[in-house]
Parts: sequence; C-alpha cells; structure tokens
Amino acid sequence: MSGAAETPAPQPERRSDRLLVNGVELIADHCGALLWPERRLAVVADLHFEKGSAFAERGQFLPPYDTAATLDKLEAVLARHAVERLVCLGDSFHDQGAAARLPAPIVRRLRDLTARHHWIWIAGNHDPAPPEDLGGSVETTWTEGALTFRHEAEPGPKAGAVFGEVSGHFHPKAAVRVRGKRISAPCFITDGRRLILPAFGAYTGGLHVLDPAIAGLLAPRFQVMLLGRRQVFAFPHSAVVG
Amino acid sequence: MHLCEIATERRERPQHGGKCGNDRGGLGESAALQEPDIPPWRAFPRLRARSILGPVSQPALLSDSNLSALPPRFAAWFRARGWQPHPHQLQMLRAADAGESALLIAPTGGGKTLAGFLPSLVDLAARQGESRTEGLHTLYISPLKALAVDIHRNLTQPIEEMGLAIPCETRTGDTPQSKRQRQRRKPPAILMTTPESLALLLSYYDAPEVFAGLKCVIIDELHALAGTKRGDLLSLGLTRLQSLSPGCRRVGLSATVHDPDWLAAWISPTAGPAGVRRIIGRDGAEAEVEILTTKEYLPWSGHMAVHAIAEVYQRIRTAETTLVFVNTRAQAELVFQELWRLNDDGLAIALHHGSLAVEQRRKVEAAMAAGKLRAVVATSSLDLGIDWAAVDLVVQVGAPKGSARLLQRIGRANHQLDQPSRALLVPANRFEVLECRAALEAVAARSLDGDPPRPGGLDVLSQHILGTACAGPFAADRLYQEIITAYPYKSLTRQDFDKALDFVSTGGYALKSYERYRRLGLDPQGFYRVAHISHVKRYRMNVGTIVEAPVLKIRMRNGRVLGEVEEYFVNGLLPGDSFIFAGQLLCFEGMRDNTVLVSRGKGGDPKVPAYAGGRLPLSTHLAERVRGILSNPAQWQDLPPAVAEWLRIQRWRSVLPDASGLLVETFPRGEKEFLVAYSFEGRNAHQTLGMLLTRRMERAGLAPLGFVATDYVIAVWSLKPAGDLAALFDEDMLGDDLEEWMAESSMLRRTFRKVAVIAGLIEARSPGQEKSGRQVTFNADLIYDVLRKHEPDHILLQATRADAAGGLTDIGRLAEMLKRIQGRIEHRRLEKISPLAVPVLLEIGKEQVYGSGLDELLDEGAQALIEEATAGMEIGRGQSELPL
Repeated sequence: MSGAAETPAPQPERRSDRLLVNGVELIADHCGALLWPERRLAVVADLHFEKGSAFAERGQFLPPYDTAATLDKLEAVLARHAVERLVCLGDSFHDQGAAARLPAPIVRRLRDLTARHHWIWIAGNHDPAPPEDLGGSVETTWTEGALTFRHEAEPGPKAGAVFGEVSGHFHPKAAVRVRGKRISAPCFITDGRRLILPAFGAYTGGLHVLDPAIAGLLAPRFQVMLLGRRQVFAFPHSAVVG
Repeated sequence: MHLCEIATERRERPQHGGKCGNDRGGLGESAALQEPDIPPWRAFPRLRARSILGPVSQPALLSDSNLSALPPRFAAWFRARGWQPHPHQLQMLRAADAGESALLIAPTGGGKTLAGFLPSLVDLAARQGESRTEGLHTLYISPLKALAVDIHRNLTQPIEEMGLAIPCETRTGDTPQSKRQRQRRKPPAILMTTPESLALLLSYYDAPEVFAGLKCVIIDELHALAGTKRGDLLSLGLTRLQSLSPGCRRVGLSATVHDPDWLAAWISPTAGPAGVRRIIGRDGAEAEVEILTTKEYLPWSGHMAVHAIAEVYQRIRTAETTLVFVNTRAQAELVFQELWRLNDDGLAIALHHGSLAVEQRRKVEAAMAAGKLRAVVATSSLDLGIDWAAVDLVVQVGAPKGSARLLQRIGRANHQLDQPSRALLVPANRFEVLECRAALEAVAARSLDGDPPRPGGLDVLSQHILGTACAGPFAADRLYQEIITAYPYKSLTRQDFDKALDFVSTGGYALKSYERYRRLGLDPQGFYRVAHISHVKRYRMNVGTIVEAPVLKIRMRNGRVLGEVEEYFVNGLLPGDSFIFAGQLLCFEGMRDNTVLVSRGKGGDPKVPAYAGGRLPLSTHLAERVRGILSNPAQWQDLPPAVAEWLRIQRWRSVLPDASGLLVETFPRGEKEFLVAYSFEGRNAHQTLGMLLTRRMERAGLAPLGFVATDYVIAVWSLKPAGDLAALFDEDMLGDDLEEWMAESSMLRRTFRKVAVIAGLIEARSPGQEKSGRQVTFNADLIYDVLRKHEPDHILLQATRADAAGGLTDIGRLAEMLKRIQGRIEHRRLEKISPLAVPVLLEIGKEQVYGSGLDELLDEGAQALIEEATAGMEIGRGQSELPL
C-alpha cells in the first residue's frame, strides 16, 4: 500500500451471484439452485434421485444415501430463501424405476415438501414420465413471465438466438486458473439470453462448458458462475480454461 | 554390485543373446551374428559368454563333485559347455528334494532364475516317459510381462538342447484368446505369467482341474511385489493355489533385501518364517561408486542437476554403454534434452520413461539389447526387468533416496563379470551431496533400507473374494481360514473379513438397502455364489490393483501417438503453451476426442511436464546417516569444499543439527517470521507435519502464512514468531488435528478413488464402454463425501484411512520422530537466515503453499537470500575454503 488514504469513490453494489436473463433478475445459489426472488420461485436441475440404487441393481453398490443427501441440500435451500414455488428441470429421477425404489422415509419427506410448495416436475430424458403420486404437477415445459423452463435447451436457429430459456440436462462445469492453479467446479452458464443450470444431484458428474454440446448453444460472450463452498464466483468466458 | 563367480570370456565364440538378461542371457550355442555396424573394438565387451545359468566357473577349476549332484543328462549338458552349477543352484535342488519351499536371495547376475527352474526341469525330465506327465507342473510369476516373455525365450533353449520335451508357454494380457482357452484345456508343463493373469486363471470354474497337479510356483523379483497391493493380490492367489494343490512348493527369487525374514514369511504357505529354506547367493566384487565432484558452481537448491550435465556427457563418451537414472519423468525429459544439446559427437542417446508410448519404449529396449545405444536416460521404468550385459556405467542423477534402490540401480551395470560395477552419483544440490555420501556409506556397509511390512489392503481382499466366487461357490469359514495363511492377511480379523464379504455381497451398508440386488447369494447349504453371470464378466474386466491416474494420449497432427500424460498436467496448459515430451519441444494445440493435440514447438520457454509420482521420500535409514555426517565435522573433510564450507558457516552462524534431537531455527525476514525444523524425515512426513504445524499455529494466533517441505527440512512462515516450541511439536498433534485434516485433504480423496476402483465400487471398465478418466459418469469425490457423512465406518473408508496413513502421509514415521524429540528440541533464535536454511527458502514458490500471503515472497530473489545468509564472510559465491 502506498500514497495517502483516499476516500473510495462510491461503487454500485456488485454482487457476483446476480444475473440477468432476458431482462429478469435472478440469483445463483452456491448449492446449485436458481432463485427468482420477485416471484418467490426456485429452480433446480438434474436431481437424479436413486442414482445409487440404479447402479446397485447392476451390482455396483454405490452408497445408498444419494437421494437423502440431495434432499438435505434441497430442504436447506428452500429454508434459506422464501420460496413458494419450485421447478425441477427434469431428470429428477435417475430412471423409470427410481420412484419405486425410494425408501419410505424419503417418500414421506418428499410428499411433505410437495404439499408445502407449488411443485413442478418437468419431464427429462431420464424420467419422461415422472411419478404422479408424490405430489406436484408434471409438465414438459413451464412458462413464467419472460422465462421458459425446460429440461434440455432447444437447438434454436443459431447460437445466442434463443431468449428467456432456462434448462438443465448438460451438468455444466467449468475450470478457471487462479494463481496458476486450475480450479474446476460445476457452474451456471448464461449469455444473458438463455441459462443452463448445474446438476443438483449428489453423484452427478459434469460436462465442461467448452464442449461443443454446451458452447454451441450460447453466444460466444458467455459468463459462468462456479459453485464454491460458501458462494458462487462469476467469471467471463475469457477466463475459462479447458 | 557384482557378486558372483568368475566368468569365462569366450571371445572366439561371439554370442548375441547375452545382452538381454542378467542371469537370463542366451546360451552357448546361440551365436548370432554381431551387429555389422559395431566396430570390433566396441563389440568386444559385449561378446562374453552369457548363460541362463549366470556366470560359470572357469574350466580349470572344474571338479565333478558339483556335477555329480545333477542327473546325467543335466551333468552332460553342463560338462559339454565346461560349466559348473552354482552352489545355490544345487541348494535349490536339495530344497526341492526335501519338498520344502525356498527363498533365494542373490544379487543380479547370480543365475537366480535358472536356480528357480532347475528343480522343475530335473523333476520334469525324470517324469518323461511316465504316463502322468500331463498338466501344469510349474507356474512362474513375474511382475513384468516383458520379463515373463524373456525368461520363456531363455528357458526354451536348454530344454531343447537337452532334448527334453517340456512344453513351456507364457500367458499375459497379450496372449490371444484362442491360445488362452487352449491353455486352460491343456496346460503346458511350465507357464509364465503375471499376478493379474493368475487372478484371472483362478476365477474360472475349471481352476481346480488346471492347478490340481501343480508342483511348484516360482515368484521372480519378489522384493518388488511383496509389500505392494499387487503383492497382496498375489499372496491371496497363492492361498487359492495351495488349496487346489496342497503339495505345491513355493519358490521366491529376490534381490538383496533389508529384511529376509519378512520375505521368507511372505513366501511361506503358513505365513511364518519356518519351513522356508533360505538360500543366499554369493557376493561378488565390490561396486565402484563415485560421487561427482563438480567443477561447476554447486547449486543451493533444485533437483535437475543441469550444472553437471556436461560432466555426465563426458563420462558417457568414455564408457561403452551408460544407463542414466533419474528420479522423475520431468527430470528425465530435461536431462535428455540437455545431453542432446551437448551431443556434438551424435552419440546414440535414448529416453525411457513410463509415459512414453509402449512401442517407443520397446524400440529403445530393443536398440539397447542390440547394442546400438550409448546411453539411455531412464526413470524407475528400467529399475526392473530385462537387463543388458553391455551396460558398464550407471549414472544416478539426483539423490538416490534409499540405499536398496541405489544398489538395485548400480546392479544394472556389468552383470556377469568378475569386474566390479561402476557407478557415478550426481548430486543436484548441497543437501544431496550429503545424501549421496550417506548412500555410499550405506552401500559399502551393505546396510539396506526397507519399509516395515504393512497389512494387506481390504480393497484387494474384496476383489479376491469376488474372484473366488466367480470360480465357484465357497463357504465363508473355509475361505477365511485360507486367507489368513497369506502373510499380508495373517492378522486379518474375522470381523473385517465379514465386512469385506458383506461389501462384496451387498455393498456393506448399515441400512442393508441393497439386499435385493445381492451380488453373492447364500444358498441353503451355506455356500456363497455369484448371483449373475454379468458380475463375473465385470470382475474379469477389472481385475488387478494398478489404478492409474487419469491419463490422456498425446497425438501429433499426423496422428502419431507419442505417449500419455496425466490429465491434471494438460489441465494447466493453454493453447500455444509449449512443453517437452518424449524429448521434443511440443506446442499444445488443444483437446480433440480425449487426446491432446500437439505440433512441434518453435522455441519459447518450455514447460517441462511436472508429472505426479516418481518422487520417493528419503529413507529413514539414509536420513539417519545424513544426520550423522552433519553432526560429525571429522567427516566433512571428504566433502566437496563448497559443502564443507557451507557447514562451517552454519556452525558459526547457528549450530548444526545433532544426530538424534531436533534443531529448530526461527528468524525474522521481511515482514515475516520463519521457523525451520531440521527433521530429515522425508518429503511426505514433512508435508503432513507442515499441515499440522500450521493448524496449531493458527490456533495459537501466530497467523501462519505458508509452509514448504523438502526431504530434509520443513519451513513455516507466519506473522508472529513461534515461542513455545515444545508445545508446538507436542505428540498430541497426531490426534484430532490429524483426523480433521486427513478427512478434508485431497490426498485422501485420491486414495479413496483408488481403493474404490480396486474394491469394485467404481469400475474402471464395464461391458460395452471404456471410461476414460474424463468421462466418469459419477464423481468419486461426491461419493466419498456422501459416504463419509452417512457411513463413516464403511469398510472402504477404513481401507482409505489405512492407505493414507502409510505412503503419502508417512504418519508412522512422523510419530516416531515426535516421540524421539520430546524434551530434545534445540531452539535457536537467529537475527537472520542461516546457511542451512537457504535451500528450503529457495524452494518457496516452487512448492505448494498454504493460505495466502506468498506473493511477496515470490518476488524475493534467490541471490538476496544467499547473500544475507553468508554476509560478513569472505566468500561470496566462490567455492574457496573458508579461513577459520
């Protein structure tokens, strides 16, 4: 530090967890959920309930606690924010048999949650027909104000030409270099027009945002928000490394 | 070290086969044409008689007493060549006659392999003509595929020359499917294979028939297998063999080791040292080992030894064939590059390390065997395996880290002769000079280092249980009784066995959630059976304990694959970055379909691959010797002047570490306080110590900013000075702090991933798909987190903690040290940095640090540090004697 102390110029408050999609102001939560405070709405993608037991069926005994862990996280985020509605962007259940495999205590917890919230299950490729008996309503897409929620981003006429779409499916992750060290984490990715959410489920792997399957969907000047332990960290596309 | 009998030189009968085997070379009659491009003066030393028998006595000394111990056909064969069997070869025969297992410890070049096979050949020859000669008689297991193939080639010859009809085959991952099936239907008399292939063979329902008549198992390079997870797997396979063929003898072949009792117990069918005959091969000529006293400026820190490469090059020029060993792959690339920069004579110098494409490695090995190379720069990739007779000089660049390892490397030179091995040690910095000196003394005193045996892994046990079930139903009680006859599992509790069995059956979770997906079913008779054939298939695809870090292929634009690098290294590259790989400067272009696309680099600063692994910590044994040298000025006169001078200034400015206590120096520097502890416990233990010290200092309000660990010392810097060192270094740091740190550390996560793969929780390969490290469908870290939270006592976490407590954290060693130094900490409060502290402070910035606040330190020039440490002395940078 050098020179005399100066009065810092007033800076507009810049919070790195805020983002603007098609003119709508949203908050990216570090657990992977998206919040729309104005509408008291939360969005999560790719819960993959019962992924563990799906593998166990084939003899690969992943720990059976993934659904409980995912639900813990979900309950925590719903408690942290005043949320009235929840949209699950598809692949909420790892496979068609997942609902039947849910342990009884989990079913009770889920029914309780869907009873206390306006709950929307959007169908995904893993769960084209989400179960009807857990509460909540099943949709293929859901439109609210300037935003449309669906499982997988529509290809659209060209990259960056789809407005107001919020989706999941790809499990995006990104890496940045900080002081020469590469740090990789699941992330939100947006070009201000569409937004893709990270996967929320406990055992979900990720696909790098530079993969053409993701990068091809957005305008070149996208932004990512990496999930940290206590907050999200926003980076411009130029900071993302392979 | 060359430790065997006198060899016959047979210049008049040039042979070629001798280049590929210490004791496994070609045989007398196999005279192949000499390479036409080798001038006669160079060809001479390559043309010595080599035999699978190892060196043989001179004809003049021949007596028939030894030959009479052999059956006539064998004696005649020896006699026809004017050869004599070694005493240890005859002792092996006697052990076989007595039906005893045997452990043969002999240095390379002692005819060890034939000693192992001779009893089987004699027995098989005697059975010829009998009706019951069918079936597998002897199983040979080697850690290397290439070695099995090489031994096969060299054993076939005496068999043919003696006119014996003994079928002898190899079985490895490269063996065609049809041949493998035939080998199970109609096994050869002698089969040469690897631990993994044995596990596979044992997983077939017909294993009882295949192995029913087995008489003998030979385990080569036992010292390299025992104590590893591959060794664990093999030990379990041996217990199966013992049940299938109770009369089977075991034969272990090992290089000279620190603890022969342990190896004898390891090889024993009862897991105890009794009942195994120990046979020791004779020592030979003393090795000639020299430490390079560089004419260049001897660096204070660093590990690359670039300063000495010109001197190494001169040695290569005057030697026939040189093996240049380095400690890491990054070092190999750099040394290779530097040698070629100086290579005005265009000497054939090659490179060999584990990341190079297999074909390229094979090419180098073949060129070496053909005598076409003058030098090979190699990592531990050449520590084991096929040997080359022509090597007459071994150079070790960088400190050897352990005396057993050094001995092994020196042994790669000049195997079969009455002349001593020649070796040159090239220390890369001042501390390494001390370490090289310590290693030299240890080698001269024949005192070797070795890790204490650790119990077998529970992950390997789980794999073995599934493999056993694949072969057929088993009863838990019997399997447990069988398993505890394996040395690594002799103390396995029934409780842990049951946990492993439960894990294999249903995942071993408290909730029993997966009861309905059982992998092993229990039938009414109490037998465990595989529930579905798909589990068998998947077991076979994933057998083995070698879990590689995720790697990516490196491909040139024209499609040529150069080799593989760890994924994390590629992650640090940006397109346009250049790096050295396979001895070439390459430019990173990008990723394409999971391969790294590169083009030739055009200069600029290369980023040498900083691969993981390869860095062994300094052994406890050498550490003790280094401390001994430091504390005894009488020993300094043999040291290079620069090093002796450095130690003298240290004595003047501070004090020298004594042989058994702990010297801790603290001093201010810049705005920070430094603490340097001279504990000499190796890099891994020091890393752990650093993590624990910084935690305690944090709690004590000293505001630690970072630490750096080397093999010799640990340095921590903080905002406030540490005062109460006794409290800081209290033994209780190995309690809660350790637990807490271990649970969070990424090291434990990596360990968990390996354990989970070996145990079969995560499958590296599953039918119909080959996952690369990049495309795992779930994340091992997340599984670890969930498991830790919901079931902290799960067997795989237990296995992970056991693994982590060894190797990478070296907690046992740290505990020993903390115990030893209680009440014996010597604290020196200095006004400024001491000479002995300079090397570790120079490492700052190259090593991982903790927390923030290191940027300022990075800016500090290395030279400033050195000048400060030596200020007031009349020496500067020179290497002249200090006038005392």
